[in-house]
Amino acid sequence: MKKFKITMGMVAIGLTLLTVTSCKDTKKSDEHMEMDQNEMNHDGNENMEMDQNGMQNDEMMNRDQKTSKATAVLNSYLELKNALVADNTEVAATAGKTLFEDLGKFDQSSIAGAQKQEVIDIIEDAREHAEHISENSGKMDHQREHFEMLSKDVEDLIAITGTDRVLYKTFCPMYNEGKGGIWLSETKEIKNPYLGGKMMKCGEIQEEIK
Amino acid sequence: MKVLKIIAIILLLAFMGIQFIPTTRNQIDIVPSTDLMEVYDVPEKVDVIFKTSCYDCHSNNTAYPWYNKIQPVSWIMEGHINEAKAELNFNEFGSYSERRQKSKFKSILSQVKDGEMPLASYTWMHREAKLSGNEKKALEVWINKMLESL
Repeated sequence: MKKFKITMGMVAIGLTLLTVTSCKDTKKSDEHMEMDQNEMNHDGNENMEMDQNGMQNDEMMNRDQKTSKATAVLNSYLELKNALVADNTEVAATAGKTLFEDLGKFDQSSIAGAQKQEVIDIIEDAREHAEHISENSGKMDHQREHFEMLSKDVEDLIAITGTDRVLYKTFCPMYNEGKGGIWLSETKEIKNPYLGGKMMKCGEIQEEIK
Repeated sequence: MKVLKIIAIILLLAFMGIQFIPTTRNQIDIVPSTDLMEVYDVPEKVDVIFKTSCYDCHSNNTAYPWYNKIQPVSWIMEGHINEAKAELNFNEFGSYSERRQKSKFKSILSQVKDGEMPLASYTWMHREAKLSGNEKKALEVWINKMLESL
């Protein structure tokens, strides 16, 4: 009987250890699942809204006509940029999510030939960055890293599709330990999304894109 | 005391029960032609770093530790590996667009620099995967060289 108790005790200790070591990881995967669910819910809601609301449908069509000029993508990109300027990591994450969706809806059908593959590559890469930004609320450094790569994607995208507005390609020489980084801005006035409040005015306009 | 015993027995039975639930093992025999080492000339030192510190999760071939045979460890590991491979799979690196390769190189660089990767929960059991200052430097130099050439 005593022997049995000892065995049971050992099993119990083993189990506890296992639970403790796996706790952190389980939590992580739970979070992930939650996120997936949110995403699903979100999509579901969106579809329902679209069916129920005629106004929304019109707006969507309008949007579709303009996708060749990357309108929706630019809207959410600039929203994200301005959130980073304001050092607001939550708004940046939300804008990242919108951008991720807008990139997914981007209509590539009007683009032909060699440029088509490039646009597909740009969208794939940009979506990954947007997704990371949306999933990393609270880690603004990480969001900014992806924003830097994303900015290059958006720049290359509008080089192919054209832009519906005037944009300023601005360069911050200080970002990333002096390697620098560019961003696109709707204003001439310099508001730095990489350094935010720390050094808002850092940067120079390199190009006016029309 | 009797209640405790019953609980312990139930837990033990549950623990034994889940051992029979199978998981898919992340293992292959042949290195695919799209593997990072196949498409680029990777110096020996960097090659070793990638293989010891990254490939277990970021490739299609994991060198499993003995405790992976025990549930729920295998489940958790399976989930982690799938997530890691979706993010970056060195076996498929050559099939990524040049743009994506560049992004991945940049992200590897910053994740390693910031000490985010390899994950602390991984190096806890795999001491050899922990990167020394020297190793980080070697990785950084090579990746920067790649970024310039891409």
